[in-house]
Amino acid sequence: MSMTMAEKIMAKASENREAKAGEIVMANIDVAMTHDLTGPLSVESFRKIGLKNVWDPDKIVVLFDHQVPADSLDAAANHIMLREFVEDQGINNFYDVREGVCHQVLPEKGHIVPGEVVVGTDSHTCTHGALGAFSTGIGSTDMAMVFATGKLWFKIPETIKFDIQGSLKDYVYAKDVVLHIIGEIGADGATYKACEFAGETTREMSVSERMVLCNMAIEMGGKTGLVEPDEKTVNYLKNRTTKEYEILKTDIDAESLETLEIDVNDLEPQIACPHNVDNVKPISEVGGISIDQVFLGSCTNGRLEDLRTAAEIVKGHQVSDKVRMLVIPASREVYLQAMDEGLLRIFAESGALVCNPCCGPCLGGHIGLVGPGEVSLSTSNRNFQGRQGSPEAEVYLSSAAVAASSALKGSITDPRE
Amino acid sequence: MKDKIKGRVWKFGDDIDTDIIIPGRYLVLTDENELAKHAMEGLDPEFYSKTKEGDIILAGKNFGCGSSREHAPIALKAAGISAVVAESFARIFYRNAINVGFPLLESEKISSSFDEGEEIELDMDKGVLKNERTGKEYKVKKLPEFMLEILNNGGLIPYLKEKLKEEM
Repeated sequence: MSMTMAEKIMAKASENREAKAGEIVMANIDVAMTHDLTGPLSVESFRKIGLKNVWDPDKIVVLFDHQVPADSLDAAANHIMLREFVEDQGINNFYDVREGVCHQVLPEKGHIVPGEVVVGTDSHTCTHGALGAFSTGIGSTDMAMVFATGKLWFKIPETIKFDIQGSLKDYVYAKDVVLHIIGEIGADGATYKACEFAGETTREMSVSERMVLCNMAIEMGGKTGLVEPDEKTVNYLKNRTTKEYEILKTDIDAESLETLEIDVNDLEPQIACPHNVDNVKPISEVGGISIDQVFLGSCTNGRLEDLRTAAEIVKGHQVSDKVRMLVIPASREVYLQAMDEGLLRIFAESGALVCNPCCGPCLGGHIGLVGPGEVSLSTSNRNFQGRQGSPEAEVYLSSAAVAASSALKGSITDPRE
Repeated sequence: MKDKIKGRVWKFGDDIDTDIIIPGRYLVLTDENELAKHAMEGLDPEFYSKTKEGDIILAGKNFGCGSSREHAPIALKAAGISAVVAESFARIFYRNAINVGFPLLESEKISSSFDEGEEIELDMDKGVLKNERTGKEYKVKKLPEFMLEILNNGGLIPYLKEKLKEEM
């Protein structure tokens, strides 16, 4: 039977030869990730089940990234609780406050490989599909079930394949592509579906850029993002993982496959305007809006390529006096590489604040909150009302290049200008 | 959970996201009564003080989009909301809500048939929403039996504990 990548992974995980979209299966979980924000509820729920031990401590990853270092006594208490849980359960894959954002650290540390099922108590877990894993966000009660049994039920999703064709112009990136797609199909345009990114443009993209696409699958309601693994995937994994893996690909005649063609030849930088991610406009329609804060970072655009792009733009210039620019590398690895390449110095010299690897203002619960009436331009993935602090603030989303050129000017600025 | 729920209507639009339902800065909290105080704070800071036990939210499409935070259905439930009836729900929120014993029902566009504050009756068994003032009845999609059973037990974990007891 012809199957999609999502169906093949689900068939394997549920120990079936075949699997079809719409079927409900009980799948074995290969990686279960929780972090400091949603971990405490997961652990509380697990304890309510009454079991002493988790199913397999080696398949669980616990990571602190949302409130690091602890910014309140509540956060400190959550960290203590999770450290004790990790110790009690013998969980070796534990990354305390120092490593960075989960969706960057897990692939870097070799936890993610093609063909596996990854769940995380974070909606942007869909990022890991960039390496060909079926990867999805779940809640704390579902995670408690996974902790207890190593299994979770899934309705196998249909797949939307985005056949992305064309060469991106200068200063146009994966972020612009995915914002464009979300603007086209809407915030619920892919609800319950697997979003497979394909086509010539996707093939040309680095693994980091593919992560940008998959990261935002949830912003159109998708269950997972996916990219078919290729040589770039294999190269990325080479020195990172010791896990064996199987590369599974979508059959072109799979029944549950819907293909959408996306032409990006003429795409210009895209901006998601307040207060919905699907409120997307080309920058030519948004330019000139004054901003108070720029956030360069997050699991969407806090990677080395993003820092390089932004540093090239701000080098030798000063961030506008009216703007606070926060640069937050997505992980310690990114931070160290950026340091070696002199990027952090460029940011600091330009007047930007370089912070420790973490989620930063993205969730509106840690550093860099925006106040009433303020406008934030952010390379992260959500601009919901109140997302970065005050409900009376506005958040715009863009690529790293737009963020950098706008920080210099003090208003939303096309980097091509 | 009772099969019939009576309460007042709170109306919300499309794409009500989890940052509106419970803003990120409160996710350090795990106590449901503390979370309840901030329910829907993103749109209406006074929401908690206005709700009464049994109240029902009517909303448009894609209710609960965004983060996987289970704090969202927990906060609404603890704020006294007995159910949400919407045109559609985001996937993770839907699963989380059923898992914590908080009923969600889908229906066609019915929000315009009700005024905010009106008394309504939701019959989960029959799949009917009734306007107490006009007496008119509207259809809502019935939940599958196993979901009703999870809800009747107060969520997935009490449901599983019950199942385990039966097996022993």
